[in-house]
Amino acid sequence: MSAHASVHEPIHTPVGGQVFTRQFRWLLAVAGVGIAVLIWRLLFGLGSVTNLNNGYPWGIWIAFDVVVGTALGCGGYAVALLVYLLNKGEYHPLVRPAVLTSLLGYGLAIIAVAVDLGRYWDLWKVPIFFWQWSHSPQLEVAICVMLYNVVLLVELSPALWEKLQGSPNPRRAAFATKALRFVNKGGVWIIALGVLLPTMHQSSLGTMMLLAGPRLHPLWFTPWLPFLFIISCLILGYGIVVCEASFAARAFGRPRETAMLGRLANVAKWCALFFVAFRIGETAWAGELGLIASPLGFVFLAELAMHLAAAVMLMSPARRADPVWQVRAGIVLILAGVGFRLNTYLVAFNPGVNYRYFPAVPELLLSVGFVAAELAIYLWAVKTFPILGGRTAAATSR
Amino acid sequence: MATTTDRRTLLKGLAVASTAAVACSSPAAAAREKIEAPPEALGMLYDTTVCIGCKACVVACREANHLEPDTGAEGLWQKPEDLNAQTKNIIKLYHEGNRLSFMKAQCMQCVDPSCAAACMLKAFHKNEVTGVVEWDASLCVGCRYCQMACPFNIPKFEFNKALPKMVKCELCRHRVEGAALTDQDGFTRYPKGHGPACCEVCPRQAVIYGKREELLAEAKRRIAAEPGKYFEDRVYGEFDGGGTQVLYLSHVPFEKLGLPKLGTEGVPRTAYSIQEGLYKGFIAPVAAYAVLAGVMLRNRRANEPANGETKK
Repeated sequence: MSAHASVHEPIHTPVGGQVFTRQFRWLLAVAGVGIAVLIWRLLFGLGSVTNLNNGYPWGIWIAFDVVVGTALGCGGYAVALLVYLLNKGEYHPLVRPAVLTSLLGYGLAIIAVAVDLGRYWDLWKVPIFFWQWSHSPQLEVAICVMLYNVVLLVELSPALWEKLQGSPNPRRAAFATKALRFVNKGGVWIIALGVLLPTMHQSSLGTMMLLAGPRLHPLWFTPWLPFLFIISCLILGYGIVVCEASFAARAFGRPRETAMLGRLANVAKWCALFFVAFRIGETAWAGELGLIASPLGFVFLAELAMHLAAAVMLMSPARRADPVWQVRAGIVLILAGVGFRLNTYLVAFNPGVNYRYFPAVPELLLSVGFVAAELAIYLWAVKTFPILGGRTAAATSR
Repeated sequence: MATTTDRRTLLKGLAVASTAAVACSSPAAAAREKIEAPPEALGMLYDTTVCIGCKACVVACREANHLEPDTGAEGLWQKPEDLNAQTKNIIKLYHEGNRLSFMKAQCMQCVDPSCAAACMLKAFHKNEVTGVVEWDASLCVGCRYCQMACPFNIPKFEFNKALPKMVKCELCRHRVEGAALTDQDGFTRYPKGHGPACCEVCPRQAVIYGKREELLAEAKRRIAAEPGKYFEDRVYGEFDGGGTQVLYLSHVPFEKLGLPKLGTEGVPRTAYSIQEGLYKGFIAPVAAYAVLAGVMLRNRRANEPANGETKK
């Protein structure tokens, strides 16, 4: 918050260095392939590049790019909950990079939805035609995600204003100072939205599959699905923050916040344990434990085993303090969360007889292209703007 | 000191979480409204014991709705395997041992349709008078949530078109409007060319068209006339999934014909009781926002004096 940001030593600094490295060009090339698929899809329809069909109307562009993508973008939400709501100011240096990954996850999810929409040219009507609004949980997700992208932009904007403050143009610098003060002052109201909106749309992502009702396997169909989706987005959010912070520290020679990430991992551990306990308890309460003896029951167990594995990895304080185990557990947390979400949207969905789905190659290429674009924008942003905490080793030598 | 603040923040967190939990759970417990079919609701009644599987209705539907033939690679074949973007109505065959039955599949015109509940801008909506689930192209963004939500797997999407549409039976609404006549027997009938094409062309009247209430009465009359002839001596669609306007009489189990076992509650009710409960009047989100901002403001004030010295 403002108190932290105004300490003499800036807590965030740009990494600097060359943007157009070899890896960056590779990422752009992969993203370029995705754009080619996108153009092809616009010209010849969804069927020309995807394996979507009338039994599986939603494929990985929704289940992965949107349902998983936004949850991976919940780092900002998960950290904001700790920092601002539970008053754990110690995690503050993690906020800005987490908000950047959130903006990337959510921004590209919106583009992914637009690409997946059959009649995308009418999308503009969704936020405008309020008199036509239904109580569809998907409408809630759509409006809420659009708003949240704006909130994330505002939350991240201090990175831009801080950079502009150093501008040689005095007018621009003065404007940046004013804007920074304005954003910091309104901080609480914006950040409160930044916590409220993900709570709303991440739960709605769960409500959405409740409407599929009889077509969703009973092990996943539970009125608690909205609640499970909130827990799941926290698990994914903490997982991605641990991995991202570790990656950034290593790649850019930043001081590694091992102790802080250890405490964060501890929170993630409890979320994962709670998820497993709640899911088993709820299934038992509904009298559906017998369904575990089935092929999808195995998938259900595998999903829970992944969550449990991550929690077990983080059980000992020694491992929690070990950067390598932190990343390992972070990856397992992410895989577990991804598993739960893909299961709910694809694996546990009954398409009817004679329908099969596995993503087509161009379909996968577009999803991979989105990830490449996210990584490229991330690299450019942290090199150009004050987003990461501390200073790069080389730059600190004064 | 550190432990007390820790405990306090934890308590605060628990308080917020439990408020949210209460806000989430109470609407789910609220009474779920039961949706009834409009009094003038239109529908169809299909009787498996009468159908001979001639598929005249499949062809008639294609002509009446200007759908392209579903041809194979050589351009000759017209035999769709299931409902698809060119087929709004289909006859299927169930065959197991010496049990045999035809099955006519098309939109069920649900009393409480999931597709309409899923639709963001009400592109799918129930006609207030006829209860027919209609599609309005100008409000559809092509998200295909309706397909995910439909328990009968009915709406189809033109995946191979750059400018696609949703395709499903709308009970030939372009033909029937304002053409109803009341016959001597009290049944509502339609002059040739004005009823749903499938019912009009059926040589055995295996599928008939009319007001839902009249059709329901007719179905019950048939059951009463020959008890034991029909599966469970009941009409599928009277209550199933909250009721449908297309009704079925069958001599084989309904599930064998692809009619799923649904409760008597409307399929969208679970999701809607949560969604409507949480967002009705937008009270819960506004309250949650106020609580969040309040806690955050207090946290900020609590932090400020401590950092005050370094600030200036």
